[in-house]
Amino acid sequence: MSKMIEATNEIFEQEVMKNEGVVLVDFSAEWCGPCKKLLPTLEEISDEMADKIKVVHVDVDKCSDVAGKFGILSVPTLIIFKNGERVDESIGLVAKESLIEKIDAQL
Amino acid sequence: MTTSNDKYDVVIVGGGPGGLSAGIYGARGRYKTLLLEKDVPGGQLLLTNEVENYPGFEEMVAGPDLMKAMENQAVKQGLEIRREEVKEIVFNEGANIIKTNKAEYCSKTVIVATGSIPRKLGVPGEDALRGKGVSYCATCDGAFFRNKVLAVVGGGDSAVEEALYLTRFASKVYIIHRRDELRAAKTSQQRVFKNEKIEMVWDSVVEEIVGDKLVSNAIVKNVRSGQTNSLDINGVFIYVGTIPVTDFLKSYDIFDKDGHIVTDIFMETKYKGVFGVGDVRADSARQVASAVGDGVTALLKAANRLIEL
Repeated sequence: MSKMIEATNEIFEQEVMKNEGVVLVDFSAEWCGPCKKLLPTLEEISDEMADKIKVVHVDVDKCSDVAGKFGILSVPTLIIFKNGERVDESIGLVAKESLIEKIDAQL
Repeated sequence: MTTSNDKYDVVIVGGGPGGLSAGIYGARGRYKTLLLEKDVPGGQLLLTNEVENYPGFEEMVAGPDLMKAMENQAVKQGLEIRREEVKEIVFNEGANIIKTNKAEYCSKTVIVATGSIPRKLGVPGEDALRGKGVSYCATCDGAFFRNKVLAVVGGGDSAVEEALYLTRFASKVYIIHRRDELRAAKTSQQRVFKNEKIEMVWDSVVEEIVGDKLVSNAIVKNVRSGQTNSLDINGVFIYVGTIPVTDFLKSYDIFDKDGHIVTDIFMETKYKGVFGVGDVRADSARQVASAVGDGVTALLKAANRLIEL
């Protein structure tokens, strides 16, 4: 079972902005093929690293305020937040190993 | 690292149209067949909004829908699909070793169907502004540019079709092409020339993509006159060809000068029982339908080899 959190504007505020820790946020959309390709990787990371980080999924259509606030112009975009601050990001498909490296660098 | 003791008849690397077609025939032929895909099956078609030239569909079919149908068909036929990334293949006639990020497999034959990834322009600003207006996927990112001005770079089928798709959102789309005519299919060319939102920028190349936080303009050079202009745009979509994915085969001399796998007409490389199909293959027509044909041809030849090996 995936432990990914589905964001709303409120949930995003609570789980990402006010979170004292590392959160991986996936900005993606229903109509985006590569987002679907990335999903299994994110689900695995959210399971395997459940004790260290949270993984939050933001549907840019449902949370257009959040997507706008972070200037999302491409999906999928992954942003790593630490203590509510944006600390790293990657755009497009990314290999699981390099994503884990980016996360580990923030832990 | 786990090692599977069961030897496979066929291991297919890559889950695009070529790989899945080989998989359907392999599973139906009751060969012990495994397909390895690093993400989810679908290949480049997951980036394609509409496919209009795949036979059997009177109306357009969405790329992801077509690929889901191929995957479902393959699974229904009994194809084993694993989500693993191939790191290395050791060719060894009749007993090739396929090393992934999770396991090692032994297979009598191997079909490489890893496809290709978009080629970059290689100009200043391209990497820094990726996701800030620079994109390689119109179906992913087009919707972020409602009523904005966009540029598409390229003159092939992908460039032209994606430019047409982008007119749904953008107020204006420039197509910047280094020649004075398009390579794309005539049907799409006619649509481009009729479309009032599209303006052709002929004989031109992008020299730089400029922007502070977001793309603001592109420096475009006319290759005939040598004159340089700045074009105000909010985004640029790049379709200047693709690069075959073959990192895991680097140690073998089976490539043409562009890095595509060289095969005979049965899709077989100079290594007996090792095949290359679809976009990764030299001389591929780079179509969904041709990848499907490649996959089937390779599998049937592989089936012949299984009798010998």
